[in-house]
Amino acid sequence: MRVYMKFFSAVYALAVYAFIFLPVAVLVVFSLQSTAFPIPPFTGPSSRWYEAVLNDPRLTSALFNSLAVAIISSLVAVALGFLSAWGFARFTLPGSAVMRGLITLPLTVSYLIIGMGLLVIFNMAGVPKNLLAAGVGHVVINLPLCFAIIYSQMGDHQINIERAARDLGATEAKVLWLVTLPMLWPAIFASLFLSMTFSWDEFVISFLLTRFDTTLPVEIWNLLRSGLNPKTNAVGSLVFAVSVVAAIIFELILLRRRPA
Amino acid sequence: MLVTPALLWTLLFFVAPFVAMALLSLNFQAEGGMTVANYSQFFTNPSYYRAMVNSLQVTGMVTLISVLLAYPFAWILAEQIPPRLQRLALLLAILPFWTSYVVRSYSWLLVLAQNGVVNDALLRTGLVTEPLQLANTRAATIIGFVHFFVMLLTLTIFASLKQLNPSYRKAAADLGAGPIRSFLYVILPLTLPGVVVGAFLTFVLAIGDYITPQILGGNNELLMPQLIMMQIGRRGDFPLASALALILMAVVTIAYIACARWLKIERT
Amino acid sequence: MTEALVEMKNISHNFGRVGVLHDVSLTINPGSYTVLLGPSGSGKTTLLSILGGFLVPRKGSVLIRGQNCTAMAPARRPTATVFQDYALFPHMSVGNNVGFGLRMKGVIKSERNRLAQEALAIVGLSDAFRKKPHQLSGGQRQRVALARALVIKPAVLLLDEPLGALDLKLRRQMQDELKTIQKQVGTAFVHVTHDQEEAMALADHCVVMNQGRIEDEGTPERVYARPATRFTAAFMGESTLIPGDVASVTGNAILINTAFGSFPIIAEAAEGAAVTLAVRPEHMRLIRDSRSVTFGTAQVTAVIFQGSFKRVLAESNSRVGFMFIARIPAEHDVSVGDTVTPCCHIEDLIVLAK
Repeated sequence: MRVYMKFFSAVYALAVYAFIFLPVAVLVVFSLQSTAFPIPPFTGPSSRWYEAVLNDPRLTSALFNSLAVAIISSLVAVALGFLSAWGFARFTLPGSAVMRGLITLPLTVSYLIIGMGLLVIFNMAGVPKNLLAAGVGHVVINLPLCFAIIYSQMGDHQINIERAARDLGATEAKVLWLVTLPMLWPAIFASLFLSMTFSWDEFVISFLLTRFDTTLPVEIWNLLRSGLNPKTNAVGSLVFAVSVVAAIIFELILLRRRPA
Repeated sequence: MLVTPALLWTLLFFVAPFVAMALLSLNFQAEGGMTVANYSQFFTNPSYYRAMVNSLQVTGMVTLISVLLAYPFAWILAEQIPPRLQRLALLLAILPFWTSYVVRSYSWLLVLAQNGVVNDALLRTGLVTEPLQLANTRAATIIGFVHFFVMLLTLTIFASLKQLNPSYRKAAADLGAGPIRSFLYVILPLTLPGVVVGAFLTFVLAIGDYITPQILGGNNELLMPQLIMMQIGRRGDFPLASALALILMAVVTIAYIACARWLKIERT
Repeated sequence: MTEALVEMKNISHNFGRVGVLHDVSLTINPGSYTVLLGPSGSGKTTLLSILGGFLVPRKGSVLIRGQNCTAMAPARRPTATVFQDYALFPHMSVGNNVGFGLRMKGVIKSERNRLAQEALAIVGLSDAFRKKPHQLSGGQRQRVALARALVIKPAVLLLDEPLGALDLKLRRQMQDELKTIQKQVGTAFVHVTHDQEEAMALADHCVVMNQGRIEDEGTPERVYARPATRFTAAFMGESTLIPGDVASVTGNAILINTAFGSFPIIAEAAEGAAVTLAVRPEHMRLIRDSRSVTFGTAQVTAVIFQGSFKRVLAESNSRVGFMFIARIPAEHDVSVGDTVTPCCHIEDLIVLAK
């Protein structure tokens, strides 16, 4: 009985792993294809499609656009999220439950609908489609996340430590800089990282709100119109590699700091 | 005030767009005209509500299959793998999370294409003589979704299995329950709330997603997000698109209320 | 002599490289209340887990009613455990929790409910059948856990620090109830605790454990008054410890030399051996009478009022830094700075091998 259980568990787990890894493996393997179609048989390995990606000015500029949008929108989202979390934790505001609910509400709405709403009012206000508009959209989706993460880490404990600091003669600025920020650093870093990931990977808002200069996911989408293409494999593999490296760095920085 | 910037941002770029969409969907005129034509169009035009039916069917299937696949997997990770390897096993299980969303769907297209890996393998082994039509079907959409949500649900179910107090298991064993009854009577009911939350998340994220059905399902049948995008893109019919978006949101809200109510009942 | 209910023979166990039990043997008699007492890390909980079947020992055997159960699964052995955190199933009503063991045995529902109701009545919770565990207080949950274990009529009932989560007052109250219930149902209880007062209040048989070994076992009275080792003496309560050595052995009497004089005592020890004399605070007197042996004079350094008695600390005049600890009736008039004559009756001197 126990032996059968072990056996079936192993088979099942391997099958699920195979399912999970199948598309990634196919993506990476055929990015090394030397012929023009990313389909069997495998003809590589060759780096020609990676060279094609790096020599494609549209893709490289989209990459930088994506990075810029991700970094700037995440910094704005974290700053706004931190300020509001701090405000809610320190002061009892009238209707604070309602306001907290309002700030976290966008979490429950699909990106498509948020993007569409922004498109509608930007149209009405005559705001042109561009990266800035997409960045605004990314702040809308990431702000509630940053707020929720940072707010959940602000307990009475933190408030008391701040009080102690003020009691010992620290000015507001010094309390913020020397006490509050260092204490909340893990939550702030985590929300910054998550925001950047979501912004980096976000498609539909950027798709709706940008026109000529656009982000990498949208540019990849444009590539898809040409059908199956090893170049898409190569750019996808690159994005995957960068994300995995970023995730490992995140893991090392954040989780190693925590006492076991 | 510290809270003001975030509140203003939310009001300006989240609430205001909603109000705008709501007004637009009612064809609201400054002079006072208003109509529910866009909504009645949804209920009367079969090709519109068909998209909603498709969306519900696909999302329901995706949620069900993902839970059924992920639960045993999470259970194996949490119980059959030595603790020191669990972290690694879990990290591996969610590694493909880190592929970009668009790329993930594209990868499935590679796998399922007419001359893709799966058909190639099937033809070589002689299981089929003609390549199967796998891409551009509802099944492809479901596979693409399930791939993503199996990872998500494995994470949430693994967490709820791990959070379970080990003494429940010990107590069940002590009172004479074997592994199967211990699972059925104790472990499963206690992890069910975690499963429901994960399933709700799956439902919400899947029903609002445009990319997966667009890339993998093709245009043979439309899901709601595709229908909405079509109104915006090809036809520029913002009022109708707004109405459809709000209807989609209403469905998600209903799912949310059902889920919250079930959890509340479960807790008392 | 009754036949032993449980025999644990030469049990050794280790977690990784850390040895937690070293050749421990323990016998439990039917109907007895055994308390395993020791500090954390002494191996008492491990010993209980081995008895309950949650751990299989590296060496040694466990016999219950003469049957070898060493590697038998918890589900099949005639033990039931009350867990430290109670482990009541939160999704089941109290009645279903108590009936769970019977359900697993295939007892039909009506019978199961009747027996569960009966068990709840024993622990004084007749009206809790339909409630959910989270609606109960800590003390009530603990009783439900007890009823759930009792209802399957185990040969031995195991309690793993069952009162640890309760506040002091409730703990004392639950101690009385546990003892009453144990006498009423007649099942052998094995109870793990680190609280020596709890052990003394409950045990028929008190087992003191330290560093994976049994230091001492016996009736709580004996273990308290005549501890076998220094560790037991210290763990069972504070004492004044006077170092000395055996000057001579005459028949069953020995003469012990200390810094405070020589004392003839009925005890066994080898000539020349280093020993410690221990005096419990309630035996330490500050005014001598005709039967007392004295330890010179001392100056009172602290008087702590503790309700029914006063705890007095006095520093020896002859040996700087040596403290005498006495517990005297509250009405005695002693203040800091007084010179006193610490003394005790010769039969209250406890000889501990070093």
